Amino acid sequence: MNIHEYQAKSVLAQYGVAVPTGKVAFTVDEAVAAAQELGGQGVVKAQIHAGGRGKAGGVKLARSLDEVRQHASDLLGKTLVTHQTGPQGKVVKRLLIEQLTNIEKEYYIGVVVDRASGRVVMMASEEGGMEIEEVAAKSPEKIFRETIDPAVGLTAFQARKLAYGINIPKPLVNKAVAFMTALYNCFVDKDCSVAEINPLVVTKEGEVLALDAKLNFDDNALYRHPDILALRDEDEEDPKEIEASKFGLNYIALDGNIGCMVNGAGLAMATMDTIKYYGGAPANFLDVGGGANQDQIREAFKIILSDENVKGILVNIFGGIMKCDVIANGVVAAAKEIQLNKPLVVRLEGTNVDLGKQILNESGLNIVAADSLADAAQRIVALV
Amino acid sequence: MSILVNKDTRVITQNITGKTGSFHLKQCLEYGTQMVGGTAPGKGGTTIEGLPVFDTVEQAVRETGANASVIYVPPAGAADAIMEAVDAELDLVICITEGIPVLDMIKVKRYMEGRHTRLIGPNCPGVITPGECKIGIMPGYIFTPGKVGVISRSGTLTYEAAYQLSVRNIGQSTAVGIGGDPVKGTEFIDVLKMFNEDPDTEALVMIGEIGGTAEEEAAEWIRDNMTKPVVGFIAGATAPPGRRMGHAGAIVSGGSGTAESKIRTMEACGIRVAPTPSEIGATLAQVLEERGLLEKCLVK
Repeated sequence: MNIHEYQAKSVLAQYGVAVPTGKVAFTVDEAVAAAQELGGQGVVKAQIHAGGRGKAGGVKLARSLDEVRQHASDLLGKTLVTHQTGPQGKVVKRLLIEQLTNIEKEYYIGVVVDRASGRVVMMASEEGGMEIEEVAAKSPEKIFRETIDPAVGLTAFQARKLAYGINIPKPLVNKAVAFMTALYNCFVDKDCSVAEINPLVVTKEGEVLALDAKLNFDDNALYRHPDILALRDEDEEDPKEIEASKFGLNYIALDGNIGCMVNGAGLAMATMDTIKYYGGAPANFLDVGGGANQDQIREAFKIILSDENVKGILVNIFGGIMKCDVIANGVVAAAKEIQLNKPLVVRLEGTNVDLGKQILNESGLNIVAADSLADAAQRIVALV
Repeated sequence: MSILVNKDTRVITQNITGKTGSFHLKQCLEYGTQMVGGTAPGKGGTTIEGLPVFDTVEQAVRETGANASVIYVPPAGAADAIMEAVDAELDLVICITEGIPVLDMIKVKRYMEGRHTRLIGPNCPGVITPGECKIGIMPGYIFTPGKVGVISRSGTLTYEAAYQLSVRNIGQSTAVGIGGDPVKGTEFIDVLKMFNEDPDTEALVMIGEIGGTAEEEAAEWIRDNMTKPVVGFIAGATAPPGRRMGHAGAIVSGGSGTAESKIRTMEACGIRVAPTPSEIGATLAQVLEERGLLEKCLVK
């Protein structure tokens, strides 16, 4: 799960990570009031779940309350298109009004889970403001990493090594060490999956601050963090994906016109790939899970069909423990219930597959029973 | 021969009285696996399917002589269940549970350092040596005893591959689902090593997916060490970057972990990669034919 920058900064501050003073604003008046508290000026920052806001014009400096009012009314309601939003962009509904900072130099600090070592890794670079992937590609020697032992946490010497590595001014190293320690503590305590401070800044006044902050959380751990779950902003998510999650379905919208319903994440991806291989375009990823029953199949059909680009549907279920005749009955009943009127190709495999196909063929509905995934993909591509 | 599990493997089920655990207990018993008991804290002293239930793994191991365990404990308690099994010094622990927090698994891996237990999973279908021992949730009937090893991050793609091999009369030595989580007990390379040393495995099918670089590392290991032909498939060529595709570990982030990079590396390392999942069986058959191994791998 993602949260907004202002929320991330508030979570980080609970652990002692130094952040600039700021306040969220949902209206122009709130923005002006927030700036008044900061002494009549500040930075107006658009809050959307995507990076690249600065380059897209989503971050503005205001030297007076009039400028705050101007920038706030320009940004609220505006669709911001960054390299992370896709061409459709995202509508700005919240702003962060933050104190102006006298920046001396910018750095990068990131915390991630490293799959290869099975450990948390903290990364630091002197190239603040640049994306870490870009630094990794151009000058990998500028990235310093420390792999953290979960039994002891980030040690002071590791934090010092990072701080010296990225040339934090010597008198500020202890502040940087405290910053990194607080950041790591927040990461593990709140079950983050990514924490990125880009840029971390050293100010002319000798402070070490998180000028921007991105926190992502492990969805599997949200059950033990109700405070984080409360920060979820459903406006930033696809309503179809929210609806799907209510029925235990894993749905991700894509750009194509062939809806997919599959059991198992790997097979669902492979089904999309096969559609593409035969010249079609998948409209979605949808994993109905191992025990697909009629209710789930019905809800899955509804969600797939709520995408108006969908011209046909491919159902691919590897029966496994569930018998194919049971699945076929579920598909037919669900299709009748929602009066499905678009081409439907179904590929079943497993126990009682012939009986399953017979049920599909004799349903009186416009259902094509396919013999293999390749056959199913070619048929649905031909039908849409 | 086979790897990891065989007819002598004695298995306990952790959370044996739960809905999933008891259902698959029955399926595994029907398959012929030596299921010897299980645990359900607070229910020690009762029985299920005629098998004893214990409060702790330590008791279960002591009383049944089990050397393996399968875990169906819900996510919040699953990491603790793995550590309990490791503490009881089982040789093999297979964790089926999906949805364990990543930081819990990081602690588990740290806890396991210096101990001899092998963990498969979590978030996996399990391990099967066809005709001898099935531990996990896979449908037994699609597997056939034979000489081809299968390794996969995905459950249903394991079934798809095994089924395609079985209908071509190509049997499997052992099929291992290593699971779809980013931090897990066993990686491709660990299993590849075992298959390489198994005298009765003649060839391998390796099924990966987007996210991480385990497939690339495995491909390089295969190029340098593997004496047997390997056929591959990678799922997720059409997955959008930055989105988690069902499995917690299936995500392309920062341009790394793409299907394209994995397929490119695998092919450069001499692995034949099937263009679609429908062609995994055909691709393997073709490679076996070219190497003069097909006859040897066909079920008599």
